[in-house]
Amino acid sequence: MSDKEFIKIKNVSKKFDDVVAVDDVNIDIAKGEFFSLLGPSGCGKTTLLRILAGFEYPSFGKVLIDNIDVTDITPNLRPTNMVFQNYAIFPHINVKRNIEFGLRKEKLSREELNQRVNDALKMVQLEGYEDRFSNQLSGGQRQRIALARALVKQPKVLLLDEPLGALDKKLREEMQLELRKLQRSVGITFIFVTHDQEEAMTMSDRVAVMNKGQILQISPPKDLYNNPKNLFVGDFIGQINFLESEVKSVDQQNVKVSIKNLGDYTLTYIDNINQGESIVCAIRPETIQITKNNDQIKSDISVKGKISNTSFYGNMTYVYVEIEGIKKPLMISTSDPLEGLTYNSDCFININLKDIRLIKKN
Amino acid sequence: MYKKNNILFLYSILYFAFLYIPVMLLPVFSFNDAIHMVFPLKGFTLKWYDQMIHASRLHQALFNSIKVGVIASIFSTLIALLAAKAFTKYKLRLRQLSYGAILLPFVIPEIIIAVSLIVLWTGMGLQLGLIPVTLSHILFCTPFCMLVLISRMEGFDKNLEEAAMDLGENAWGTFWRVTFPLVLPAIVASLLLSFVISFDEFILAFFLTSNDQTLPLYMWGQLRFPKKLPHVLALGAVIIVATSIIVMLSYWLRNLGNPSGKKNNIGGI
Repeated sequence: MSDKEFIKIKNVSKKFDDVVAVDDVNIDIAKGEFFSLLGPSGCGKTTLLRILAGFEYPSFGKVLIDNIDVTDITPNLRPTNMVFQNYAIFPHINVKRNIEFGLRKEKLSREELNQRVNDALKMVQLEGYEDRFSNQLSGGQRQRIALARALVKQPKVLLLDEPLGALDKKLREEMQLELRKLQRSVGITFIFVTHDQEEAMTMSDRVAVMNKGQILQISPPKDLYNNPKNLFVGDFIGQINFLESEVKSVDQQNVKVSIKNLGDYTLTYIDNINQGESIVCAIRPETIQITKNNDQIKSDISVKGKISNTSFYGNMTYVYVEIEGIKKPLMISTSDPLEGLTYNSDCFININLKDIRLIKKN
Repeated sequence: MYKKNNILFLYSILYFAFLYIPVMLLPVFSFNDAIHMVFPLKGFTLKWYDQMIHASRLHQALFNSIKVGVIASIFSTLIALLAAKAFTKYKLRLRQLSYGAILLPFVIPEIIIAVSLIVLWTGMGLQLGLIPVTLSHILFCTPFCMLVLISRMEGFDKNLEEAAMDLGENAWGTFWRVTFPLVLPAIVASLLLSFVISFDEFILAFFLTSNDQTLPLYMWGQLRFPKKLPHVLALGAVIIVATSIIVMLSYWLRNLGNPSGKKNNIGGI
C-alpha cells in the first residue's frame, strides 16, 4: 500500500429498492488529504459518506481504510468519525461529557481525560465551554463541538456531512478557512461532503464531482475549473458558456472545429473524438473580452453582438451579449464595466482559442 | 404591558372557583366534627383520619389498587414503548390504519369494553377478580401511554444514535447512554399517567372483580352508609394531596431530563 491509496473505494454501488443511489464508484484517497464529494442534492454523496462511516452497507463493492477491508465492520469499530449535518450534539449531557463520550473504551485516567478534552476544546477555540449544554450554544459553536468530539478520538479519517450548511454566509467563510487550517495541523484525512462548489473549491486538495450516483470527475480544484471533462462538471463549477460545434477533421495534435455561427477553428486534440461528431466548446466568462469596436484588441475570434442584460456584483459585472444565430446570450464577466456598454448597445466580443475547452457530449 | 381587563380577571377567578371549590370541600369537611356534609361547620376533629387509618378493608382496597396500578402501568408503558419505537423508527405499511387501531380503545366507551370483557372472561370459564381487572387496565391505559411516548419519540433525532455508534458504542451502549436517558422523561410520564388512570378507574373494576375491591369500589361501597361517609372524605383529602405530590414529582423529573435551566415549558404530565 502506498499513502496514495490510504482509502480505497472499490466498485461501490448502493441500491435502495430500485433507486441506484451510488453507481459503481471507484476512488483512491491519499493519507492526509482534504477530499471533497461535491454534487447537487440527491446525487448520492451523503450515501457514499455513510457507506464510509458504516451506516449503510454497499449493495456491491468494498471499502478499504489503511489497507484493511472495513466493508463488514460496524461503525463503532471503524477508524472513522463523523461530523453530522445537524451536529448531533447529545442534548442530555454537557459539552465536556459530549467530547469524552467516545473515550470511554480507552480507559483513561481522570487527568488524561481532562487533558484530552482540554486539548480538543483548545483546538476548536472553545475553552471554558465545558459545562454548557447544546441548547446554550450557537450553530457555529455546536459545529465546533461536533468537530472536537470527533477529533478527540484521533480517527484515521474524519467524515464531514455538509457541516457548514446551517451557518450564515460570513461564518461559513470563516469556518472554511479554519477547517482547512485545522486539517493541516492535525494531518488527518478529511472527507467532506457538500453541494456548495465554492466550499469544495476553497478547501480541498481534490474534489470528486458526483451526479446521479456516478463520479464524473476527480481533480484538484484548479483543474476542475480550467479543464472540466464533462458538460455537467463545467456547468456545475462556476459560470460557463457552451457553444454548439461540430468536428470537421482530427489529426494527432489538432482538431478542426466548426463553431456554430462563429466559423472554423483549429483547437488542441482531446481523446476519443471523431470526425463529424457534434461537440461543445466551453468558454469561461472571464476569458472573453468585450469592446466597443472590433479593432481595439487583437483576438482569434471577434464577433459583433448586442447587450441584452447586465448585472453588477461590486468587484465585477456580468454582461450578457446576444449574438445573431446563437440561442443563449453569451455571459461575459468584466471587472471594468466600459462606458457606453449599457443595455441594448452594440459591442464586440473577443475570444482567444487557448481559452476554449472542447467537451464531448454525453 | 397588557391593559388590565377586569372582566377577564373575574372570569379567571370564576374559572378556578368552578374547578377547585367542589374538590376543596372534601378536605374541609374531612376535619369537620359531624357526620353530615352541611354548613355551618361544627368544629375541628381528626377522628375521621383516625377511623381511616384503622379501616382494614380500606387498607386492603388501597393495596389492591396500588398492585393493579403498578402492574398495569408497567405493562402498558412497556407495550406502548415498543409500539412507539416501531412507529417512529420504521416506515410501516398501513401506518395510519394500525395507529388508529391501537388508539381505538381510547374512544370506545368504557362500559362497552367492560361488558365485552366480562362476557369473554366468564365465557372462557375463568374466575373474576383482580387479574382480569389488571388486564383490562393494561388494555385501557396503553393508548394513553402511546400518545405520551409517540409524541416524545417522534421528535427524537436518529442522528444522535448514529453519533453514539460512530463514537464507538455498540447497540446496547447506544441505548443506555443516549436513547434511554432521552426518552426517560416520557417513560416516567407514561408510568405516572397510566398509574393514575388505573388508580381511579371504576367501571372496568366494577364489572370484572369479585370480592377483591379496588379503592374506587371501596369508596363507592361506603357511600351507602352515612356513618362511613366522613372517613371517605378523609381518604379523598389524602388522595388529593398524594396526587398533587405525584404531579409535582413528575415535573421535577421532567426538568431533570432537561438540565439546561430552561424550566418554562408548561404541559401535561
